[in-house]
Amino acid sequence: MAEFEPVLLANIHKPDSHTLSVYRAAGGYAAIKKVLSTMSPVDTVELVKASNLRGRGGAGFPCGLKWSFLPKDAPTVYMCVNADESEPATFNNRILMELDPHQVLEGIMIGCYATRAQTAYIYVRCEYPTAYKRLHQAIQECYGAGLLGKNINGSGFNLDIYLHRGAAAYICGEETGLIESLEGKRAWPRIKPPFPAIEGAFRKPTVVNNIETLANVPHIVNRGADWFKSMGVPSTNPKDPGSYGPKLYCISGHVNTPCCVELPLGVTCRELIERHGGGVWKGRKGKMAIPGGMSMGLLTEKEFDTPLDFAGPGKVGCLGLGTAAVTVMDETVSIVDYLNNACRFFAHESCGQCTPCREGTSWTSRLMTRILSGKGRLKDLEILQSISQSIGIMPGTTICGLADGAAWPLKNALGKFRGELEEYIKKTNPGGYQQEEPAMALVELAHH
Amino acid sequence: MCLVETGTKNKETGEISMVPKLVPACQTPAKDGTVVVTNSPKVKANQNFVQEGILLDHPVDCPICDQAGECWLQDYYFEFGHQERRADIHPFTSKRRELGPHVSLFADRCVMCSRCVRFTREVSGEGELMVIDRGSHAEIDVFPGFPIENKMSGNVNDICPVGALCSTDFLYEQRVWFLEAQNSVCTKCSTGCATQMHVNHNQLYRIQPRFNPNANDWWMCDAGRYENQFVTAPERLDGVMIRRNNAWEPLDWPHAIREVYNHVADVALNHGGSHLAVVLSPFLSCEEAYLLASYAVSILSDVTLVVGKIPVVGQDEKFKAGFTIRAEKCPNRRGVEEIVKHFGKQPLDWDGMLAKIATGEIKGAYVTGGYGDPWIDDAEAAKFERLESLVVQDILPSPLARRAKLVLPGVTAFEKDGSYVNHAGLIQSASWGLRPHGGAHVDGQTFSDLLGRRGIYNAADVLKELAVKVPFFARCAEGVPPAGLNLVTGQEKHPLTTELGTVTHPTPTFRSEASRMLEVESSTR
Ligand SMILES: Cc1cc2nc3c(=O)[nH]c(=O)nc-3n(C[C@H](O)[C@H](O)[C@H](O)COP(=O)(O)O)c2cc1C
Ligand code: SF4
Ligand code: SF4
Repeated sequence: MAEFEPVLLANIHKPDSHTLSVYRAAGGYAAIKKVLSTMSPVDTVELVKASNLRGRGGAGFPCGLKWSFLPKDAPTVYMCVNADESEPATFNNRILMELDPHQVLEGIMIGCYATRAQTAYIYVRCEYPTAYKRLHQAIQECYGAGLLGKNINGSGFNLDIYLHRGAAAYICGEETGLIESLEGKRAWPRIKPPFPAIEGAFRKPTVVNNIETLANVPHIVNRGADWFKSMGVPSTNPKDPGSYGPKLYCISGHVNTPCCVELPLGVTCRELIERHGGGVWKGRKGKMAIPGGMSMGLLTEKEFDTPLDFAGPGKVGCLGLGTAAVTVMDETVSIVDYLNNACRFFAHESCGQCTPCREGTSWTSRLMTRILSGKGRLKDLEILQSISQSIGIMPGTTICGLADGAAWPLKNALGKFRGELEEYIKKTNPGGYQQEEPAMALVELAHH
Repeated sequence: MCLVETGTKNKETGEISMVPKLVPACQTPAKDGTVVVTNSPKVKANQNFVQEGILLDHPVDCPICDQAGECWLQDYYFEFGHQERRADIHPFTSKRRELGPHVSLFADRCVMCSRCVRFTREVSGEGELMVIDRGSHAEIDVFPGFPIENKMSGNVNDICPVGALCSTDFLYEQRVWFLEAQNSVCTKCSTGCATQMHVNHNQLYRIQPRFNPNANDWWMCDAGRYENQFVTAPERLDGVMIRRNNAWEPLDWPHAIREVYNHVADVALNHGGSHLAVVLSPFLSCEEAYLLASYAVSILSDVTLVVGKIPVVGQDEKFKAGFTIRAEKCPNRRGVEEIVKHFGKQPLDWDGMLAKIATGEIKGAYVTGGYGDPWIDDAEAAKFERLESLVVQDILPSPLARRAKLVLPGVTAFEKDGSYVNHAGLIQSASWGLRPHGGAHVDGQTFSDLLGRRGIYNAADVLKELAVKVPFFARCAEGVPPAGLNLVTGQEKHPLTTELGTVTHPTPTFRSEASRMLEVESSTR
């Protein structure tokens, strides 16, 4: 592992790493040149397919396969680049956009060439002004250098890239919510099918890809699919596309050195904490960790040896790898506080379209407020359990995956820390914890 | 969303394999062999959970909510709901704010179905309503300073399935289960929206559109819905008046009928039929127009038949989904024209008649009205002064009635049975829901009496007669179905024989809804 050489983050420590000249000096824009002069769009899709590159935005869908779903004869195709990065504790897209925006642009160019898109929209998280500024500068530089616009490099390929500032909500990151928001509407996710590849932005076929996913593409072009597949965890059965390539892991929470590191897929949570995060802070012990953004659930200390590849977290009851943003909590953190936070987040961010999600998330948040304030009842845990089992795409009751993300912290906390929850309720509400009758509502803490 | 369980049946083995998760029914294409289960325990549990979620924040203030009794949430709760409450009990609020002149919002009651928002975007096209805030804080609202005041705004109150949007005009006026519904047809313009009038104790409480895909779909405009004050206007004509020695004297109906004959027939018999004008108002029903025309030609076959004044205001207004408010502000020009054409030797329109009055060719007139809005001014009415004889039959006083020798009170469409032909040739039948005002008689009764027919005027029988006598109406021989008959094209886009109700009551009447609820109740015991 020691010999692993970062590629995605190779440039970020250089002075002025965000400028065209620095990027070019490091061999930048060679890949797009190669693609435009020697490869057809179909070749490019095939190459990415062969690399088994999977989406880094959360769902891990094979990128080349997604590109191949576009109708072959569509006159207009749009590329939407998902830079909304709103999963809590995730900041890898931000680093790429702020410190190496040209790498991102090159990935977008190749992606557009492969999918025959002539227009790309980068949907940048509203709270990322620097990223927006850097990308804006980078796009200007590219137009100046003839890398964007009409007939790029004399290849006949046209491409315009537009920046769009996000509408500052978590749900804007969901791909169809993003498309609605881009169209100027509320980010209300659409019912799928039709998937964006068939009917997306402005009712035209659309590819939605994460920034990090696309940043991998130039390297695959330069170094080949085999290089990409030399890293990571191979697939174990034909249905599993495996976990190949480098991945940006974000480490935050109760560690000594929070950071974003590039590693081959499949490193364990413990290694991230110990080697890259500098260990749990203040000499304390770790109690639990979020494996890949709040919506993925919870790992207990015993499960820290889980490899963080696309399949690993699922084996210990988590939702998946998500954004590979690990948040560590030390032994002083109460599970009640964690759960209260998680529930408030999703209640705040639910877009409100689907009743199970809208009401379910706000209900869980109110129940957690009740428990936290010492008025909890054991029955509340039953209700939390039943809500967690009935909201989400998995049971089929909602339009998008936000509700699954809301369900997983509950499922994992109730499954892995039920004893602690019960103890807390009994201790703080000794007189009433067994009560079952509906009670008067507490004066509510505002969500906002 | 209606979530259902789906699966596929294997053709060879007959085995059914189910999809483990629920799917939204309306978004799932069905194929050969698709199995859909709408009532499994899993589906029921989900319906249950959705209800429970909606009711978390719902104030359940049914006792003071106008929607109670016609609320989908109540009905569904009855059928699918939880019997016990697991959620916390919230203090009770009922905050109302007005979103426009006709629309009141009780935000707590909203279930966020967003039908109202879609209506303003897709049907009326003005897009005033929107969702503000997010998640469980979301609410329906308008932009400050931009109230919902389009000419179809009242419809959002109908399509709101709960009591969140209520008609300000109807607010706290009646409990809906006291109302009785009668099918009617709006007379405000020549679109002829199918409507229901909701009445209790001879008082009209509200009007709602009735589904008719051939005329108005589910909608109607605010003018038709709210501007019906003329029906109960205190100045309504309510008794026969005759002018004797320059003073008005009341008269009873049997004498009135004889006086009409004296005034009208005399002109024809003294000067010849063409010198008498009988004016058929476009507010008369087809049956009435038929009886009046028959009466006129029974005096002398060449009596001049005139199509009454056609009120036209502005231009047709077409809304996004196609609903149109017509400039022609009367219900039955088409029908009356056909009858005048059939019976009249030299049919005239209103202006043609005025010209002949001016030249002295017309010496006497029997004018019918029925207009809800002022329809004739003093200058125009003055032209009738040179007539030997003028009989006016109308619902409201007018400059013309003031100049008449004999004034007969008529009734509005709400007070009589009858059929009307709209701009497109669609004939629809309306029923009475209110008793005739004061001492007024149903116009059809008056004409029937003039013809010397015995007994009570029955519009259905007259329509059958009309179908035999006038070929244009031949298709009405068996009566008119709820969605009407197109007499011009000979076929309807949507032939419907079953009765359809309003958005809130797809079943025709309140009473049957109430008895349905009782059935459910007794079956669950
Ligand atoms: C509630 C929700 C929030 C999401 N937020 C993001 C996000 O902030 N950034 C992102 O790239 N993908 C996000 N996704 C995933 C996207 O829907 C989509 O899968 C992804 O953009 C596809 O790109 P990829 O295939 O390159 O990963 C989110 C998904 C959900 C359900
Ligand atoms: S699951 Fe939640 S966030 Fe997603 S569309 Fe439905 S209500 Fe909105
Ligand atoms: S129609 Fe009624 S319940 Fe539905 S969103 Fe509008 S106000 Fe709310």
